[in-house]
Amino acid sequence: MANLNLVQAINLALIQEMERDERVLLLGEDVGLNGGVFRVTEGLQARFGARRVVDTPLAESGIIGTSIGLAMGGLRPVPEIQFEGFLGPAYDQICSHAARMRTRTRSAFTVPLTIRVPVGGGIHAPELHSDSPEAIYAHQPGIKVVMPSSPYDAKGLLISSIRDPDPVIYFEPKRIYRAFREEVPEDEYTIPIGKARTVCEGTDLTIVSWGSSVIQCMQAIEKSNRSIELIDLRTIYPMDIDAVTESVRKTGRCVIVHEAPRTCGLGAEVAATIMEHCFLHLEAPVQRVSGFDTIMPYYKLELSYLPDALRIGGAIEDALTF
Amino acid sequence: MRALNTPRYTSTMPIQTVFKAEIERISILDEHCEFDEKLGAGLIPDDDLVRLYEAMSSCRYLDEVAFKLQRSGRMGTYPQNMGQEAASLGAAYALRSDDWLVTCYRENCGLFWRGVPMESILLHWMGDERGNAMPAAHYATPIAVPIGTQMLHATGLAWASKYRGESRIACTFFGDGASSEGDFHEAANFAANLDIPVIFCCQSNSWAISVPQRIQCSAPTVAQRGIAYGMPCMQVDGNDIFACVYAVKNAAARARESSRPTFIELVTYRLGDHTTADDARRYRDQAEVDLWKLRDPLIRTRKLLETKRLWDSSKEDAMRQRIEVSVNAAVSRAEEIAAPPTSDVFDHTFAQLPPDLVRQRDSLQTHSLAGEQPVHTEGH
Repeated sequence: MANLNLVQAINLALIQEMERDERVLLLGEDVGLNGGVFRVTEGLQARFGARRVVDTPLAESGIIGTSIGLAMGGLRPVPEIQFEGFLGPAYDQICSHAARMRTRTRSAFTVPLTIRVPVGGGIHAPELHSDSPEAIYAHQPGIKVVMPSSPYDAKGLLISSIRDPDPVIYFEPKRIYRAFREEVPEDEYTIPIGKARTVCEGTDLTIVSWGSSVIQCMQAIEKSNRSIELIDLRTIYPMDIDAVTESVRKTGRCVIVHEAPRTCGLGAEVAATIMEHCFLHLEAPVQRVSGFDTIMPYYKLELSYLPDALRIGGAIEDALTF
Repeated sequence: MRALNTPRYTSTMPIQTVFKAEIERISILDEHCEFDEKLGAGLIPDDDLVRLYEAMSSCRYLDEVAFKLQRSGRMGTYPQNMGQEAASLGAAYALRSDDWLVTCYRENCGLFWRGVPMESILLHWMGDERGNAMPAAHYATPIAVPIGTQMLHATGLAWASKYRGESRIACTFFGDGASSEGDFHEAANFAANLDIPVIFCCQSNSWAISVPQRIQCSAPTVAQRGIAYGMPCMQVDGNDIFACVYAVKNAAARARESSRPTFIELVTYRLGDHTTADDARRYRDQAEVDLWKLRDPLIRTRKLLETKRLWDSSKEDAMRQRIEVSVNAAVSRAEEIAAPPTSDVFDHTFAQLPPDLVRQRDSLQTHSLAGEQPVHTEGH
């Protein structure tokens, strides 16, 4: 066991997978000598050499497009896109090719690819360094989308992602990169993609969240003095519908919390799923606490945009007193 | 001692030329059937030349048949390859059979030479993904519909071979229109700067649907785009099977020996419409088309064969009969392949279907509107 933060847990997972499987290689901007702008790949080029930890030209579509070719050629590339705001140039390669290659070729070609992307706000970063585009990629068939909220989950989910036979976008919530530490086993372990985690159990209300918002939810629960169950989805797609619906059937009330804008955010999908599966169990309308349908503000106002314990607490009260 | 940042005024520093470049054009068998013995001798043995001519003729006949299939409602939109047969065929002939061939959709001739069955290509344009299920033995990637994105895959595939210490390289095809796409430039930049053994073959066919080449590239050649990335580049008569083989052979040797990319502009012409959904008469003059018909790769190859006394009209007739039989048989085989079961929509989304996709698949199969074998039909 080691007491690690999220960055260290990801670094450890990368080391162990690279030691285990010669097919795993890392590529991206600044991932080599510099160890990545967040130092997630620190020390890896020194350890594994420039053949397996590759500094590429500054071109996101190129990073993902060549990674697709590497994966089609039998390797397990783990490209890094430096910030989620720069996924845009790679969108075509992700959605037109990574997502479709298996179905297009009836599995003659597959793309076992793990795209690591720092995501979300809260670190006083410039424009396009704080967004939450997870729903965009969850909407694209053929892609799995993962977002851990703790160092323990980060390691286990990354190992599962790298070993997955299909493309995975692995979002790393940068707000909690170094926010806290927890015990992370040094031994190898995996956390299955598609399985949520019950962070705490409760009977009055269910909160469904993911990424760094999970931490805000825990703060809101602490302040509420009510018995609240918190579900961390961990995987955005495929979503663990059973975990959500079982909890909501038990509590009858649900608040969904995410950083991304509200319209067509994943919260809408969670709410619709609850309507389909839990209608007769509901005691109150499902509440959403989310970012707004605005451009993510520059950092002076980012904490007003991001869901916090106060706004989550308000939604909890609305749901409980309906 | 003078401080380093103190300027010293001088008039002895003239503007210098730091780089100069030229583009070579390779032609061995030209449109007048002039043959360059120096470059062309021994390049293609006579027996092979006969086979290459038959391959081009067969591909041409498939285009005729495919056009009729589309017009009679037996096949969807189809892009004819007419006039561009030599480019991909020359590459497929020059490459090793286990080098990656990463094409778009006007490289049928090269794919057939590789062994990709004709019915696979037909099946693809008949709206069936199974046409793209390329057997591993062919080292050919699926038909790439989005323009100019596959060059990055070729770069990655060649990189994967290099990573494993294999001598396999990749050769990718795209059009002059695709050379405007950012992904082309990113692929060239990655390949050049990371020393990846890939050959970029641009089928410079004058037209991107209705947009002429000068709007894609106003420089004198498309070939010189490779100069910007520090890779050898050249212009080749793309309707000259000898020149195509010569250029790709040299590029392949460079890739294999020094892991360096090459950019080849294969100048050719799309004699047909962009696809069966297009009408090229709307935007280009017939005179231009007529001029290029004289430069047809089939005509000059046949002429050379006749000059060498390897070919005559009776052989042409016999070949035509063989081709008709084989192409028509391929059409029959493609048309005999029944539509896949509805569950096929789901089955290749992921290696293992997530639970909700299993639910969606099962709901489709049991729904009276969608399933081919509805379960709940009694009483309706």
